[in-house]
Amino acid sequence: MIPSLAARHSWFEATARARLAGLLDAGSFTEILPPADSQPSPHLALLDLPGAFDDGVVVCHGQLEKKPIFAIAQEGQFMGGAVGEIHGAKIVGMLRRAAQEKPAAVLFLIDSGGVRLHEANAGLIAISEIMRAVLDARAAGVPVIALVGGSCGAFGGMGIVAKLCSAIIISEEGRLALSGPEVIETVAGVEEFDSKDRALVWRVTGGKHRYLMGDCAMLVEDDIAAFRRGATEFLASWTEPAPSVAHLRAGQQALEHRLAAYASYRDGLQVWAALGVAEPESVPLLDRDSLVALKEGLPT
Amino acid sequence: MSLNDILDSLFPAGHAVNVENKVISGEATTAKGTVAVLGTTDAAAIDHAMALALSGFILDTIEQHPGRPLVFLVDTSGQALSRSQELLCLNGSLAHLASCVDLARRQGHASLSLVTANAVSGGFLSFGLMADRAYALADAQVRVMDLRAMARVTKIAHERLVELAATSPIFAPGAESYVRMGAIEAIWPALSAERLVSALEEVVILDKQDIRQQLGLLRQGRLLANDVVRAVLDAAAG
Repeated sequence: MIPSLAARHSWFEATARARLAGLLDAGSFTEILPPADSQPSPHLALLDLPGAFDDGVVVCHGQLEKKPIFAIAQEGQFMGGAVGEIHGAKIVGMLRRAAQEKPAAVLFLIDSGGVRLHEANAGLIAISEIMRAVLDARAAGVPVIALVGGSCGAFGGMGIVAKLCSAIIISEEGRLALSGPEVIETVAGVEEFDSKDRALVWRVTGGKHRYLMGDCAMLVEDDIAAFRRGATEFLASWTEPAPSVAHLRAGQQALEHRLAAYASYRDGLQVWAALGVAEPESVPLLDRDSLVALKEGLPT
Repeated sequence: MSLNDILDSLFPAGHAVNVENKVISGEATTAKGTVAVLGTTDAAAIDHAMALALSGFILDTIEQHPGRPLVFLVDTSGQALSRSQELLCLNGSLAHLASCVDLARRQGHASLSLVTANAVSGGFLSFGLMADRAYALADAQVRVMDLRAMARVTKIAHERLVELAATSPIFAPGAESYVRMGAIEAIWPALSAERLVSALEEVVILDKQDIRQQLGLLRQGRLLANDVVRAVLDAAAG
């Protein structure tokens, strides 16, 4: 069944609160530290910059198909979703609470360029704390699922955090990387990475590329309902593995093989051809379902 | 200061350490027994190959030397900045490295890191900040970005940032800020085998909870984070 375009609600364009409203079971959203109980960042005030009472992240309890879940949603429209002291501490608190209370999952709606430079040291340390808290929640048996499809993507330290989660569900519009193309262009030159070449940026950091390479578990449409179905489907068949050497050894081998095979490539087109895609130049044009079918037909 | 000088000062009883592609790996003898020594040198910009060399060495250590403490030597200018590195998901390899440090902790390996020269953003996140405790030498550069670049990106006058940095550890580059904020345990005035041994003694019996927020509050460098975490933990359930 093809949902009508009228019924679709773009994840990319939605605010963090609108994403949560459509992601969770209707009426199940209960915010922790709502704006009335919170304070804007004093560090931004010191720089005469406007703050937000939620400091750009919403943390909440809710339900997904009647199962209790926790959710964390970054607001890309405030300071690029970047992590400052309060923002980071809200996320850490929610992840630690998850490790104690063991909900069915934590849904982590990442939409962030990484560290908030105006609070640089606090942001970097907070991301380190988030990294450990994600791994602690997972070690307690709670899956942490990253949902990436917002305008800021998942970059910098938040790109690392995304890859520490149990899985990433991404849309074609989603981007996932470490350094932003603008940073690479500034430091290494436009020949290295032309950040204005939108198609190239997507072939290197975009959702389709990350899904084809296996860095993201699922590719979904840019639709809040599609993220909800994706998260539900993923959790139905997922059991969080205990941390183990065997698990990380397998990951190590896969990463080493990949590096040996693809280290010289500079464009998604080259990687897709090497993965066995017959017409790599067609990939950017494929719709979501066709791309998923293509990926499932690739040699393993 | 050369890596050999660093190793000789920290491990006068002997060390056998290999350096390849700016990645340090090996072992050393201390008064507390043999330790694994690993990390990066020459302001390495961490790429896939470096991250995987470090993670592979950690996994080898877990398998072959259960419980052996890990001593990380940190000298990194951050992550490698290149399109080919991003194409293969550099954040994924850095996350894998961080997971290996975390697994070592869960398997009973005490760990500490010592910033010998530079510790910058992604490179610091992936291993130095994942250790049980971090230390820095007195002249080490620890930062996300220097104030000039920060002024350019944030469009805030450089003079204003310099002025604020004098009183606020929140964005003032430098190891001292990280001590006040709870992420670095102490600054070492000089390399010292005795300091290393006492740090190892402390870290071995350390509670493995992440208490950096509490330390940041105690040291008055990070006044909000600890209370916000507590408030989230204590908020009434929905």
